Amino acid sequence: MASEWIRVCAADEIEPDDLRRFDHGDRTFVVYRTAEDEYFATDGLCTHEKVHLADGFVIGNVIECPKHNGCFDFRTGAATRRPAREPLRTWPVKVEEGQVFVQIG
Amino acid sequence: MTRPMYRNYALDGPENQRALERKLANAQWYTCPISRKRLKELMQRRDGPAIRDTLIWFGLLALTGTLGYLAWGTWWAVPCFAAYGVLYGSTSDSRWHECGHGTAFKTPWMNEVVYQIASFMVVRAPIPWRWSHARHHTDTIIVGRDPEIAVPRPPNVLMMILNFVHLKSTPTDLGRMLRHCFGRMTAAERDYIPAGEEKTIFWTSRIHIAIYLAVIGWSVAIRSILPLMYVGLPALYGSWLMVVFGLTQHAGLAEDVLDHRLNCRTVHICLANRFLYWNMNYHVEHHMFPSVPYHALPALHEELKADMPPAYPSLWAAYREIIPTVLRQMKDPAYFVRRPIPSHPRPGLEAASAVLSSA
Repeated sequence: MASEWIRVCAADEIEPDDLRRFDHGDRTFVVYRTAEDEYFATDGLCTHEKVHLADGFVIGNVIECPKHNGCFDFRTGAATRRPAREPLRTWPVKVEEGQVFVQIG
Repeated sequence: MTRPMYRNYALDGPENQRALERKLANAQWYTCPISRKRLKELMQRRDGPAIRDTLIWFGLLALTGTLGYLAWGTWWAVPCFAAYGVLYGSTSDSRWHECGHGTAFKTPWMNEVVYQIASFMVVRAPIPWRWSHARHHTDTIIVGRDPEIAVPRPPNVLMMILNFVHLKSTPTDLGRMLRHCFGRMTAAERDYIPAGEEKTIFWTSRIHIAIYLAVIGWSVAIRSILPLMYVGLPALYGSWLMVVFGLTQHAGLAEDVLDHRLNCRTVHICLANRFLYWNMNYHVEHHMFPSVPYHALPALHEELKADMPPAYPSLWAAYREIIPTVLRQMKDPAYFVRRPIPSHPRPGLEAASAVLSSA
């Protein structure tokens, strides 16, 4: 599938230190906004038990799974706390004219 | 007369596949409505409460342990070690639990250090139990999937009574650790522990067993049980309060449901017991939102209680239900307590997460 930039939402719709779930087709993603106004995107389901990370908790640059407290660094996708072991896939993000876009391949 | 229902609770038995077929495994569970803003406030991590509580806990262990040493050989040693034992053998369970979730402290290494210490105290292999507890949260009281169902039906009341001094749990856990020492795991463990963890599991169990052997050797060398009164035996003689608290969590409630309001209890207990149990009496709330740390569970309870069954006002109230239920389940394993749930959640609250969709 060719990569395409998909508009997610207005940048200010995501609070600092928080996230928004974004569904595209039959796939689900999460877009994060850090306290420093950086934006990142990952797959939306935890690699441990496929729980929606959108219900999880953002701690700095880490997303904690709401079900088992497994953690990922959402900048790199690296699993940083058990029971999460497999990395989370990350996706490029850009903000243009106040809108957040994710490049989904 | 219908034949009593006997189910196979083994994780490597037929109920595991049956749960998968019935879509009970790794399923979507009910959550009470709460705004994401409020939930985020409640999920905030802090080091302060857990540092304070841990210092008090270790301080009380040191105090009662010292008094027990000074009183050794007199009857005054009995209350000293009774208190030491509960702090060691029961309180360690709640510390193991909260630090296992990684929510007790804000600082990750503090959770890990207390988790490792508490795992040793409560005689649990830390890594297998971390995975076991993850499965318990995925498939809470789903028969054939949950490795932590404390009271399978029909209940074995003799084993339940023996387990008030952990004569069921501790030999089982020691047996597992001994198997790990020889590089072996059970089929049930392999169902919930992913490949790749074996080496750490085996070496951790070897370290735990080596410490126990050293303390036993010390006791034999000085011909006194005193060293074992501090390390090892408190996991037996002091575990009764853990069992008193722990049985209230799920005993007698529904199996194979996807709503924690139906298979968990929230029980109001006094401040001292909440310190010892680190607020795990708010058990429905904990299972529904495991990212909320123990110190925020009373506030979470206030947020959710309109959409919850009524909380039990005391341990006594919970046991007035549990004891007759367990006795009845001995003859009628299909029987369970049906918790009343409100038919309508509170209006006006947004779902915990909003979903954006592409056009």
